Amino acid sequence: MDFMLSPEHQALRRLIRDFAETEVAPVAADLDREHRVPHEIMRKLGQIGLLGVCFPQEYGGMGAGEIGYCILMEELGRVCTSTATNVGAHIGIGAMVIYLDGREEQKQKYLIPLARGEKIAAFGLTEPNAGSDAANVHTRAVREGDSYILDGGKVFITNGGYADVITVMAATDPSLGAHGGITAFIVETDWPGFSVAREEDKMGIHGTSTAELVFEELRVPQENVLGKVGEGFIPFMKSLDMGRLTLGAAGLGGAEAALDWAVRWAKTRKQCGVELAHKQSVQWMIANMATEIEALRSLIYRVGWMVDTGQPFTQLAAMCKLYGSEVASRAIDMALQIHGGLGLSRDFPIERFFRDARIAEIFEGTNEIQRIVIASDIFRQHGVRIRP
Amino acid sequence: MDFALNEEQEMFLAMFRDFSTKEVAPSVEELDHAEQPPLDVLRKAAQQGFLGATLPEQYFGAELDYLSYCLLLETLAKDSLSVAVTLATHVSLAAMSILAYGTGAQKEAWLGPMAAGEVIGAFAFTEPDAGSDTSILQTRVTFPFDGEESEGGEATLNGVKTWVTNGEIASLLLVFAQGSEGIDAFLVPADAPGLTVGYREPTLGLRSVTFNTVYLEGCRVPGANRLGEPGTGLEIAQQAQDRMAVALAAAGLGEGEAAIETAAQFASERVQFGVPIAQKQAIQNYIAEATAEVEALRYLVYRAAWLVDQGQGTPFDFSVVKVHGARVARNVTNRMVQVMGGYGYMEDYPLARRYRDVRAFSIMGGPTELQQVRVAQQVFAERDVEVVP
Repeated sequence: MDFMLSPEHQALRRLIRDFAETEVAPVAADLDREHRVPHEIMRKLGQIGLLGVCFPQEYGGMGAGEIGYCILMEELGRVCTSTATNVGAHIGIGAMVIYLDGREEQKQKYLIPLARGEKIAAFGLTEPNAGSDAANVHTRAVREGDSYILDGGKVFITNGGYADVITVMAATDPSLGAHGGITAFIVETDWPGFSVAREEDKMGIHGTSTAELVFEELRVPQENVLGKVGEGFIPFMKSLDMGRLTLGAAGLGGAEAALDWAVRWAKTRKQCGVELAHKQSVQWMIANMATEIEALRSLIYRVGWMVDTGQPFTQLAAMCKLYGSEVASRAIDMALQIHGGLGLSRDFPIERFFRDARIAEIFEGTNEIQRIVIASDIFRQHGVRIRP
Repeated sequence: MDFALNEEQEMFLAMFRDFSTKEVAPSVEELDHAEQPPLDVLRKAAQQGFLGATLPEQYFGAELDYLSYCLLLETLAKDSLSVAVTLATHVSLAAMSILAYGTGAQKEAWLGPMAAGEVIGAFAFTEPDAGSDTSILQTRVTFPFDGEESEGGEATLNGVKTWVTNGEIASLLLVFAQGSEGIDAFLVPADAPGLTVGYREPTLGLRSVTFNTVYLEGCRVPGANRLGEPGTGLEIAQQAQDRMAVALAAAGLGEGEAAIETAAQFASERVQFGVPIAQKQAIQNYIAEATAEVEALRYLVYRAAWLVDQGQGTPFDFSVVKVHGARVARNVTNRMVQVMGGYGYMEDYPLARRYRDVRAFSIMGGPTELQQVRVAQQVFAERDVEVVP
């Protein structure tokens, strides 16, 4: 066993932390206030290779694996949940599905510019009636000559309002459902028939685009079918696993930031004649935060190691997302409580983190779905097949 | 024992519902987004007598018992927690303090206009270094000459008050300051020379409530504006906060009920995996736990309101209702966001606003940690252990 990050990964963390502190942290509050997507940050992340952090060098990546990707998300999560979310949607699910299931020419054409940040990706799965029930896709893809014609739409698509490339799941044979009837397509957003219908007004992560997309007779050439016709659901689910793990990593970063703020405030703020640090109510909160953070960090990096060493990790990725989002929410909530009224003010970052953190318990598979994934896996080992 | 509302209370409740549906619900979302105080709503509430809800008829009040008044706050909170908090600050913190401690002249001067909504009241206690810790106020009240205090000379106030609820919409502020015999409470008109209403806090939630910093720089008011005897300020503030604890818990109750209504309706219609999600045990558990917590809170709140009406109630009772009201309202709202999934996070559905609004409840009016100290104080006092915060 070896619980140390490699020297390369340690150097990567220093690089990312420096970037996060100098390029991201100073603008994070503005992004939130102005509801602005940080395109310039995405561009710079691409230029220094971080948007391809986990992809092999031959595809424009850095080759730092899933552990490197977790480091990226943790460090971004410490300063700006919106930026972490944009990066997660781009790498973890948007580009990942092409990496996992794309043919060589698709990787050459799409993955390389995505890894370099020259193009931005999104992941088009969710529909009005296909949220937790991801297989219930109504967007249709009908074969016409050497193309497919897509009709339908997607909702709540992160990066959807500005992505260049969107991997879209559509039903090629509705009678077959998830296994055999759903196909994945690589769609370029400047093709005729693609449009952005609206941007959502959200409680938090204001520096992200959450868009409703419409496809009207959108013609996709056959070579843009991702993987095999009718078997699009499995690579989508595999890339969701990767995304889940790193969402947990972003939560880890958010929780660490919250602990830092809480400690700093508790040692200076005096009430009833002593610093808050001397109050057991505050000590308990700090102790609980720190314990959960340590447990989460061990979980995240262990599962990153499992991915990088080719071990199965679906159940554990669900645990990372579930635990990571809940630890982050709890830690940020406690940091807010320790700050009292100031914690409620938009002049301080905790308020933003509080709003931002709440989405992680919902998106990329609600925490209820994560629990179903975990329980299904456990019961399967005991010969019981459960349905959601 | 009798756990039923009486006929009059039932009638009031129907009237409150009608008012809230017609006059509050339509505008609150827009007001929240624009971060505007609900001035029109307050005007209409005044016409119904709600701004003098618990004041006697001689001051043009509606003379409601505290339980009926809590039903009003519960009902308003179902549509807008901001409206409920604004109104409760005016009634429970400001007007009722004057009713309890005011001289005949003070009551004559202020309570009628407050009931009519011509004067909105604010409560200025908190300071940068005196939040939970009420023992040291930096704001000072002084009189130019010895003895002038007793003869009703002019008082001068100096200091800074933060998080003054209703700050910028108030015409009258109840200001607490350190005097020669302890803490004094003063009735300070918003246009008193030397008073400036400053920075408005940009808050997570309750965005239609104005929380301001108030500067008192050589602020002069007649000595006759002191409320109560010299040195009774802390007692006045504590009683006000105790009434407010019940009021906030009543609002939290309404908040919880409304969140469940919205989410339960959503769960009945939202189909995933071929059935309404109401058929899923995970969702059933969220709804069932939330409902049980709300029902328990209901009777805790009503009992606390009844205690106020009986002139009873101890710090223990008020802290218990404050802590539990905040906890239930937050737990319930949090779970109901989860029931609604992505829709719970979107600002064009009401749950996002509720989730932001209710977070303040574990902090404002005394944070949970401090209330728990008061609860523990009583528990241990019965065992001859003195607990200090």
